[in-house]
Amino acid sequence: MSATATATAAPVVGSSKADETAPIRVAVKNLNFYYGSFQGLKNIDLNFHDRQVTALIGPSGCGKSTLLRTFNRIYSLYPEQRAEGEILLDGRNILDNSIDLNELRARVGMVFQKPTPFPMSIYDNIAFGIRLYERLPKAEVDARVEEALRKSALWDEVKDKLRQSGMGLSGGQQQRLCIARTVAQRPEVILFDEPTSALDPISTGRIEELIEQLRSEFTIAIVTHNMQQAARISQFTAFMYLGELIEFGPTNRLFMNPTKRQTQDYITGRFG
Amino acid sequence: MVALSENVALAAAPRRARSAPSPIADRIFHLAAYASALLVLLVLAGILASIAYGGWPAFQTFGPGFITSSAWNVGREEYGAFVAIIGTLASAALALVIGVPISLGIAIYLTQLCPGWARRPVAMTIELLASVPSIIYGMWGLFIFAPLFARFVQVPVSNLVEGLPIVGTLLYAQVPSGVGVLTAGIILAIMIVPFVASITRDMLDQIPTVLRESAYGIGCTTWEVVRHVLIPQASVSIIGAIMLGLGRALGETMAVTFVIGNANRLSASIFDPGSTIASRIANEFNEADGMQLHALLALGCILFVVTFIVLIIARLLVRRVKVA
Repeated sequence: MSATATATAAPVVGSSKADETAPIRVAVKNLNFYYGSFQGLKNIDLNFHDRQVTALIGPSGCGKSTLLRTFNRIYSLYPEQRAEGEILLDGRNILDNSIDLNELRARVGMVFQKPTPFPMSIYDNIAFGIRLYERLPKAEVDARVEEALRKSALWDEVKDKLRQSGMGLSGGQQQRLCIARTVAQRPEVILFDEPTSALDPISTGRIEELIEQLRSEFTIAIVTHNMQQAARISQFTAFMYLGELIEFGPTNRLFMNPTKRQTQDYITGRFG
Repeated sequence: MVALSENVALAAAPRRARSAPSPIADRIFHLAAYASALLVLLVLAGILASIAYGGWPAFQTFGPGFITSSAWNVGREEYGAFVAIIGTLASAALALVIGVPISLGIAIYLTQLCPGWARRPVAMTIELLASVPSIIYGMWGLFIFAPLFARFVQVPVSNLVEGLPIVGTLLYAQVPSGVGVLTAGIILAIMIVPFVASITRDMLDQIPTVLRESAYGIGCTTWEVVRHVLIPQASVSIIGAIMLGLGRALGETMAVTFVIGNANRLSASIFDPGSTIASRIANEFNEADGMQLHALLALGCILFVVTFIVLIIARLLVRRVKVA
C-alpha cells in the first residue's frame, strides 16, 4: 500500500486509479426517496461506472444505505417507503412498475451488514440461489458452487464440509459465503451495505481483498462508515449528507483534494 | 480538605437514617419464597403419586392387558384402556393435521403479508379465541356444529365413498349423527390454533430483518422466503409450539366429551363415535366405585404420563433454540 500523507491528514489512499472512461452501468437521475412523509434522499444524480468500486460515505442517517437499497428495490418490502425519479440499469429504469423484482434482484445482488447464511448446508446456501433462476443438471450446479466459492476465497476452507450447516462457520466465513451466494447468481452489480461492520480486522481485510478481486467482473457499490476502507478499496467515492449528494468523484481526488467544505470536514474527522 | 469532609458527611448521612435490618425478617422472607416454590413441586408429585396409588389395583389386576385390551365392561368388571388411548391419540392427531397448517398460515400472514394497520385486530381476534371457555366449544360443537356437520359432510361423504376400499371404511358413518372422532378433532383444532399461531408468530418475528431481506435480495418470492428460509430458521421452535398444542389437545376434556360420542368401540372410521381418556373419566367418575374407580384413576395416570412426556419434549426443543 502506498502511504501518501497529506496536509489535511486524510486517510491513506491506496486503491488503483479510477477509470473515468469506463461505461456507465447505473445512472441515478433526480432520485427522491420518502419514508412516509420524511424525505430520505433529495435530488440525487449519480453515475456508477462499469467494473469500478464506488464507495458511499457520510455520517449516520445521511441516506447512503437508503440510496443503496433503491438499486435492488429491497425497500419495496415496506409499503410506506417509495422512490421517485429514475435509476437506469443498462438504460432501463428499474423504478418502473413493469420491472420483475425477482429478476432485478438476481441482476443486482446485495450483501448485508451482518452475515446472513440461510438455515441450510454450505452447498445449498449457494445452490439455492442458482436454482431459483436456472434449471441445471447437478454437475453444472456443482461447478457453479465451486466457482462461486473460489471467487469468494472460501473454497479451500469449506471444500470438505459442503454438506455441513452454513451457520457453523465463523463470522468472516459466513460473510464470504453470503458473497459467494451473490456471486453465484452472476449478477451485474453487487451492493455491499457495510459488509465488514460486524467483523474483526483480519476478516475485514480478507473481505476488502475479495472486493478488489471481484471488481474485475462486477460493478460494485459499497456503503461504509470507515473512511480508510473507502479510500483503500474504491475508485470512486460519493459523499452524502442529510439526504443530499454533496460531492462525487474519483476517490483519490475526493480524499486528497475535496472541493466542498463539508467533504473536507468529514474526511478529516471534524464532524460525523 | 473542605471537599473531603463534605464527602464524609454525605456518605455517613444515609447510614444513620437506616435502622439496622432484622436478620430474622430476611430469613423468613427467604424461607417463604423457597417454600412457595417447593409447594408446587410437592403438589405435583402428590397428585401423581395419589393417582398412581389409586390406579394401582387396576394395573395389578389387568397387568399390561390394561393398556392393550379394548374391553370396558362395568358389569363384568373388565377394564382396558386401549379404545380410550387410541381415541385420545387419534383426536389429537386430527387436531394437529387440521390446526397446524392453519396456524402456520395465520402466523405467516401476520408476520409477512398483513398490512400494518390490520396486524393488531387480527392478532387480537386470534388471542380471543384462546380465551373462550372449553364448555362453550363443547356446547357449540354439539348443538350447532354437529348437526350441520352430519347433514353437509357426513351424509354426502358417506354416500360418496360407500363400498370403496380404504376410504370407504375410513370415511363412512354408520350413524351420521355428527358426533365422532373427526368432530372432536375439528373442535380441538379450533382450540389449539390460537396457541400454535401466536407462538409461531413470535418466533417468526424474532428472525432478524436482514435474514429476510437477504432472502428477498437474491430474488426469492414470498413463498420461497417463507418455505426455504423463515420456516427452517424457526423450525425447532415451531415444533415446540406444536407440541404445546398437542399437550392441550390430549388433555382437553369438556369440549371433547360433548362431541366425541362416548362409545367404547374401536372403529376404523373417523366419522364414528369413540372416546378419549379424558372423556371417559368425565363420563364415569360420578358413579364409579371399586374396580371401576381404580381403572379410571389408572387411565388418568396414563394421560398424566403421556402429556408430561409431550410437554418435556416441547420444553427441551424450545430451550435448545434459546441456547443457539
